[in-house]
Amino acid sequence: MKLVTAIVQPSRLESLKEALGKLGVLGMTVSQAQGYGRQKGHKEFYRGTEYEIDFLDKIRVEVLVDESGVDRVVDGIVEAGRTGRVGDGKVWVTTVDTVVRVRTGETDVEAL
Amino acid sequence: MDSGDTAWVLMSAALVMLMTPGLAFFYGGMVRSRGVLNMLMMSLGSMGVVGVLWVLYGYSAAFGSDLGGLGLLGSPLEFFGLGGLLGADQLSGTVPTPAFAAFQAMFAILTVALISGAIADRARFGPWLLFGGLWATLVYFPVAHWVFAFDETDAAGHVTAPGGWIANRLAAIDFAGGTAVHINAGAAALALVLVLGKRTGWPRDMGKPHSLPLVVLGAGLLWFGWFGFNAGSALAAGSTAAVAFVNTLVATSAAMLGWMLTERLRDGHATTLGAASGVIAGLVAITPACSSVTPLGAIVIGGIAGIVCAPAVGLKYRLGYDDSLDVVGVHLVGGLVGTLLVGLFASGAAPAGVNGLFYGGGLDQLWRQAVGAVAVFAYSFVLSLMIAWLVQKTIGFRSGVENELEGIDETEHAETAYHFGDGHASSRRSPVHTAGLGRELEGNNA
Repeated sequence: MKLVTAIVQPSRLESLKEALGKLGVLGMTVSQAQGYGRQKGHKEFYRGTEYEIDFLDKIRVEVLVDESGVDRVVDGIVEAGRTGRVGDGKVWVTTVDTVVRVRTGETDVEAL
Repeated sequence: MDSGDTAWVLMSAALVMLMTPGLAFFYGGMVRSRGVLNMLMMSLGSMGVVGVLWVLYGYSAAFGSDLGGLGLLGSPLEFFGLGGLLGADQLSGTVPTPAFAAFQAMFAILTVALISGAIADRARFGPWLLFGGLWATLVYFPVAHWVFAFDETDAAGHVTAPGGWIANRLAAIDFAGGTAVHINAGAAALALVLVLGKRTGWPRDMGKPHSLPLVVLGAGLLWFGWFGFNAGSALAAGSTAAVAFVNTLVATSAAMLGWMLTERLRDGHATTLGAASGVIAGLVAITPACSSVTPLGAIVIGGIAGIVCAPAVGLKYRLGYDDSLDVVGVHLVGGLVGTLLVGLFASGAAPAGVNGLFYGGGLDQLWRQAVGAVAVFAYSFVLSLMIAWLVQKTIGFRSGVENELEGIDETEHAETAYHFGDGHASSRRSPVHTAGLGRELEGNNA
């Protein structure tokens, strides 16, 4: 069992959802996030006063997948999330010990 | 009485009234979300306090018989409560005097509200109301008399009742309040900032404007209402009003372009806040001039106002005063630009009918404009310093640092502006109500 976590641009959420759906991913958790990477944030001007905006709006997508599907899911996310500009985000994979479906008590692959 | 003129003045009064909530939104959008309600409330509070004082003695102090013929103050109790103005024979020019009094009331209210932009996020609300009442009484009402009370003359042109010194003896042109409203409010703002001090963390941490759409909504309402402010000041539905209307439109358009151009060249972007600010700068600058210049003159005055005010709002960082929403940079500087440029661009072809420097009139009108501007600035600045200092020393004007950090909406008004979702608050009747309920129940049992 793996947890794929992706931080992507908010504008890519719809295409990302579509791409994961085509790969047979049945569910996902999406939350709003803020952060910055190597390039930091951007500048805004209000009446000539410059503001450094460090934390930019991002979307955090979490998907639980069976080990056999991890590569396809990661590739799908990278492809759907890419705009080619700075700030497109990251994807990482972590190992999950156990998954339980709360309603039925099913575990692991049955619970996905 | 002329019913057309009366309709226009009443309508204009209503238009000017809308400027105060418009200003509230303009200012409210520029502060952080945790201080927007306090910003709105300072404008609403001005409507409360100044509206009442105007009827009690403000109108009388501004437009009552001149005390001693000095042109400094009207008799404050002559029209106390306005009860003596209710008859059909009470006229100001061609309109019923109460219509004129209502129109002028809106000016007094707006001028006090304008000041509040300088002290965002750090003034206690009660002391603000006290300041507003004292300031209107000691500063606005006299200055309105200086600028807006014209001599009454008989058919032969002899003065039968003298008015204010700036309008008559000095003969400076201030059609709708460049000195009385904008320089006056700007000077008071500067004084208030010096007494209250900077916001905690300023200028390192000042917070971004939380809603630029609100700012644009407010600027739009101000521009709309300003047609009543300027064209209504003709006090008649005629050619003067029409000229003032056109000039109010084009000066503002030009000022917006001027501000955006300055930003584009300096920062690389024309911004929404810049466009809205340019609108206000243009409206301010054309206010004293709108009946004394041609539409082309209005475009130049507006353009200059936009180009001058855009960098002027940065002065506070160089000089170290926290004029939060740039009342000095926009209203004081814009008011000075408009008032002084009358001396250059006034044209005999416009309804006010004097030639400024660029129309062969020499320096005569320019020095009159300068004296009027400096006099109002000096009087307002000194009196405002004294009033603010008095309020600070007696009941305390400045809110505490903790309150500032927590958010002045919550600490002053026990409210927050925006609620997303249901949150986790449980409701409880306030002690006042529960105490009352308890007594009722006890009463029923007995």
